[in-house]
Amino acid sequence: MTPLARFEKTVLPHLDAAYNLARWITRNDQDAQDVVQEAYLRAFRYFEGLRGGDARAWLLAIVRNAGYTWLEKNRPAEVVALEDPGALSAEAETVGHASPSDGNPEVILLQSANRKILNQALEELPVGYREVLVMRELEDLSYKDIAAIAGLPMGTVMSRLARGRELLRRLVEVRMRKAS
Amino acid sequence: MSPRDDEAGEPMIARDATYHRAPDALRARVRASVAKAARESRGPLLWRALALGAAFAGVAVLSWNLALLHARPSADELFARDAVSAHVRSLMPGHLDDVLSSDQHTVKPWFTGRLDFSPPVRDLASVGFPLTGGRVDYVDGRTVAALTYRYRLHVINVFVWPRPGAADSPPRIEMRQGYSLVRWTHGGMGFCAVSDAEAAELAGLADALNHQ
Repeated sequence: MTPLARFEKTVLPHLDAAYNLARWITRNDQDAQDVVQEAYLRAFRYFEGLRGGDARAWLLAIVRNAGYTWLEKNRPAEVVALEDPGALSAEAETVGHASPSDGNPEVILLQSANRKILNQALEELPVGYREVLVMRELEDLSYKDIAAIAGLPMGTVMSRLARGRELLRRLVEVRMRKAS
Repeated sequence: MSPRDDEAGEPMIARDATYHRAPDALRARVRASVAKAARESRGPLLWRALALGAAFAGVAVLSWNLALLHARPSADELFARDAVSAHVRSLMPGHLDDVLSSDQHTVKPWFTGRLDFSPPVRDLASVGFPLTGGRVDYVDGRTVAALTYRYRLHVINVFVWPRPGAADSPPRIEMRQGYSLVRWTHGGMGFCAVSDAEAAELAGLADALNHQ
């Protein structure tokens, strides 16, 4: 098999995962496409370096790099350093939620509102939290894979996930409170 | 109050966030460009040697530029530092407000004659952010309106300055030195809210200011 044929067989099938991550990093369809295209070219160039191993995680590391390079060039303000320890206090505050049951039109309405609110809130999160949440929740990657892809210690991945979730929950709460 | 956080009332990422699938056009574009790269990589040895040399030169130039870029804080970074400093300064006794009022019709006219623009002033007590006053401040090389709000026991400074022609941009959250910063542009005005309150609450303030 030629390298191209092997590449098409092992790496190309992960295009959706690549695009999803790039789309969440750049928050824009067109920019995500450019990032994915660039990442695939890089991936092909380094394809020899992938011997066995998980092609998806390997590809996503390249996509993430290409995404960050793109952000640094085009929207440097979005690449903010996260203060990993402490800072966010858990000044807990509970807001009442409707607890709807299935099959009810209100549930469907609420869920589509949820989707919009959640997507907006997730886009609003600093990219350092957003990317780990997307990798964990939408790609179902292990902590270990996320740590390797993002080049972070595993403990940092876990604390970013926790703080990202907390921040996201609050963003969603504020929006739901306003919507109701 | 919900019995459990992850029940239907609260959105969950895995269930509710959009999984963006690659458009077909992208699939075609990626295949085509990889195939092209594959053809080119089989070019004559000389070209490949030259390409390698060029790549090294490229990496050298790139890393040099990146090093320069990182050595010098960006305009954005400087602005954020300045905004946090202005916030901290405002918390020193007697520095917070030059006009002390929760009445937007007192605070807004106060700026007339002190600034060459008229900042939007709204009391947001109804959504939990009572207006407490305002002052003129100096951030990132220009005079700005500083509106002060309270959220529970937290003081919030909202800096406002004109950005004629700038497109609206949604609130962007940052955290630095333990303070939350939220920046956005709306209606030709730049906004930056700084506080020790939660960033999410500041984003709520931003939404309220934009839409009330």
